[in-house]
Amino acid sequence: MPSIIIRNGRIIDPSQSLDEVSDLLIQDGKIAAIGTNLGTADEEVEAAGKIVSPGLVDAHVQLREPGFEEDETIESGTAAAINGGFTSIACLPNTSPTTDTQAQVQFIQQKASQADNCHVFVIACVSKNREGQELAEMGILTQAGAVAFSDAPHPLQKTDLFRRALEYSRMFDVPILDHPEIPELSQSGLMHSGAISMVLGLSGMHPDSEELATGRDLRLAETTGARLHLMDISTEGSVELIRRAKARGVNVSSEICIANLHLTDEVMRTFDSNYKVNPPLRSQNHIDACIAGLQDGTIDVITSGHAPRASEKKMTELDRAPFGMSQIEITLGLAITNLVVPGHLDFPTLIGKLSTNPAKALKLDKGTLSVGTAADVTIIDPKVTWKVDSNQFASLSTNTPFNELTLTGRAETVIVDGTIKLQR
Amino acid sequence: MKVTATDSAVDISPVPDTWQRRHLLGLEALSKDDILTLLHTAVELKAATGGCKDKLSILQGKTIANMFFENSTRTRNSFSLAARRLGADTVEFSASSSSLSKGETLIDTAKTIEAMNVDAMVVRHSTPGSPHLLSQNVSCSILNAGDGPHEHPTQGMLDIMTIFEQRGTLEGLTVAMVGDITYSRTARSNIWGLKKLGAHVIVCGPSTLVSKAWEDFGVEVSYSLDDIIPRCDVLNLLRIQFERQYTRPFPSVREYAFLYGMNRKRMEQAKDDILIMAPGPINRGVEITPDVADGPHSVILHQVTNGIAVRMAALYLTTSANQQA
Repeated sequence: MPSIIIRNGRIIDPSQSLDEVSDLLIQDGKIAAIGTNLGTADEEVEAAGKIVSPGLVDAHVQLREPGFEEDETIESGTAAAINGGFTSIACLPNTSPTTDTQAQVQFIQQKASQADNCHVFVIACVSKNREGQELAEMGILTQAGAVAFSDAPHPLQKTDLFRRALEYSRMFDVPILDHPEIPELSQSGLMHSGAISMVLGLSGMHPDSEELATGRDLRLAETTGARLHLMDISTEGSVELIRRAKARGVNVSSEICIANLHLTDEVMRTFDSNYKVNPPLRSQNHIDACIAGLQDGTIDVITSGHAPRASEKKMTELDRAPFGMSQIEITLGLAITNLVVPGHLDFPTLIGKLSTNPAKALKLDKGTLSVGTAADVTIIDPKVTWKVDSNQFASLSTNTPFNELTLTGRAETVIVDGTIKLQR
Repeated sequence: MKVTATDSAVDISPVPDTWQRRHLLGLEALSKDDILTLLHTAVELKAATGGCKDKLSILQGKTIANMFFENSTRTRNSFSLAARRLGADTVEFSASSSSLSKGETLIDTAKTIEAMNVDAMVVRHSTPGSPHLLSQNVSCSILNAGDGPHEHPTQGMLDIMTIFEQRGTLEGLTVAMVGDITYSRTARSNIWGLKKLGAHVIVCGPSTLVSKAWEDFGVEVSYSLDDIIPRCDVLNLLRIQFERQYTRPFPSVREYAFLYGMNRKRMEQAKDDILIMAPGPINRGVEITPDVADGPHSVILHQVTNGIAVRMAALYLTTSANQQA
């Protein structure tokens, strides 16, 4: 395997509190050294003016295979991940069949290995067939390689099952991921509940739906001592609940999808189903609270919430169109443009949210440039401006409202296990 | 524009330059000028057709498709009559008997109908925004005949026209929409239209069906019909949209009628010249008692006639506009 030297980049590694202009040497697929005067290598990558980051980790991706290959396949989804700068992704179990057996976990691993793009970590179902009734075989699934458990995008509705799942998960020290939502309070909701939904006559999803579930989940995590990861945080109230729980020492991490940091419910006036996401795009006060939550560490992780959907599914009436955006290829650009450029977050913090923290939340041996670890590296050009062109997506789905948008910042080079997967 | 009516030549004003809308999707997006153009054209066409009875030929050679994806009798017939009174041909399309039940998408269905060379589609759909979706995917005019609880612009205009006929202006009048505001497209279209023409609008009903957020849009919010009756020039009594509600927002129809039903006793508190309106279908004994519905203040049947006038105006203006909306 050829060695690689990345020269003169700003090396940012939150796992080692590192932020310095230096060189990084990769040998035998591993990080060999960080420093100066590291000699030569088979391949030279000039990174002056660029950021050398641990490979980005996306904790919340829908890969859609098996069952929904019209939306995305494991091959196309992992190629999209590389295109977006992600070297590791964790995929949700909402496939068909669902990811609730050893065979399903192994199928995904095998397909990912054949695709040979990025690392794929499997999130398996909490409940059999994601029906929320009986626990899936968590022990066997963990053994097969599942790194976490979730019924997402469904919420864990039944509180007693959820409590048992948390108790049981402690034996394996695996996190339970919940999409906090009380369905009876968001029933048939298509957007954030507020003045805009009132004007448009669209059923709204009230913040109470998320916040009551968040409160319940935090309480259960506190009493069971299990590892809880709250997905899809989008409201002011949820941020405050998590902030207080963390202050009490509850074992919780949380994430937000990039779309929920950028757009308000105002865009629903277009009735464009590409804006239909769950959690819904909320009002500015919620966005501001979520940004504050990112700044003070209440929200640990930023995800793409990648939810590719074939155009025939989206080009329909708003209530028939599925939730979700094809996001993974533009998540980094959106994050730099909307969080770093306006000064909300600095690069080390952002890279923490996109790499080190998600790896930690899912207990993955990723998100670091420590010497001796596998060489997953993302080189980011923080200044380049580029225009989103969904026709160029590696993802099979182009359901994004961000087409034609100009973004700042992009992954220029992506290295997985010491192999260059992307070089712009 | 010189046009030939069935038995005599009638002059209809040309479409003013200020009107550039090929579609009529809602009243929220319309300017005051647009609303006045619609209103005055409707008044003119009503007169020119002897009260919406005679035929003109100003839309001769045009084809109007009625595409109703949700049940309707009155609006559908009103649009059909309006099209035929102006000399247009009509195509009737029903969701239940269509290819939608065979899995065809809304857009494909609309494109198929459009390929039959229609000039306008009148669309009713249970989902807000569906007419907007079609307007972006077909090239003919789209007229919204009700999209879920969002808008019903011709209903809003016919209510406005009915008040205008009785009072000569909307400026300074106090108009209350009573009942189920949350699920009412009629309420929304009325609110936008009335506000733009200078009326004071009150929304009144159970707190579960009347959002306080309407105050942000300059609308007065009240939960007590008895409190507002003495101030009102017009009461528009809306039907409860039971079919759209997930959890029933009030305990019983009896309690609703007790709190919000318009009856003889409440009429005693009203101004002498109050107008009683209802978009229908009315539920006698719920939002309105028969003596009020059929009483001297009721203009409910005028509303129905004016519906044809407003729809003639909407079809004429949208299909004659050259510019992109």
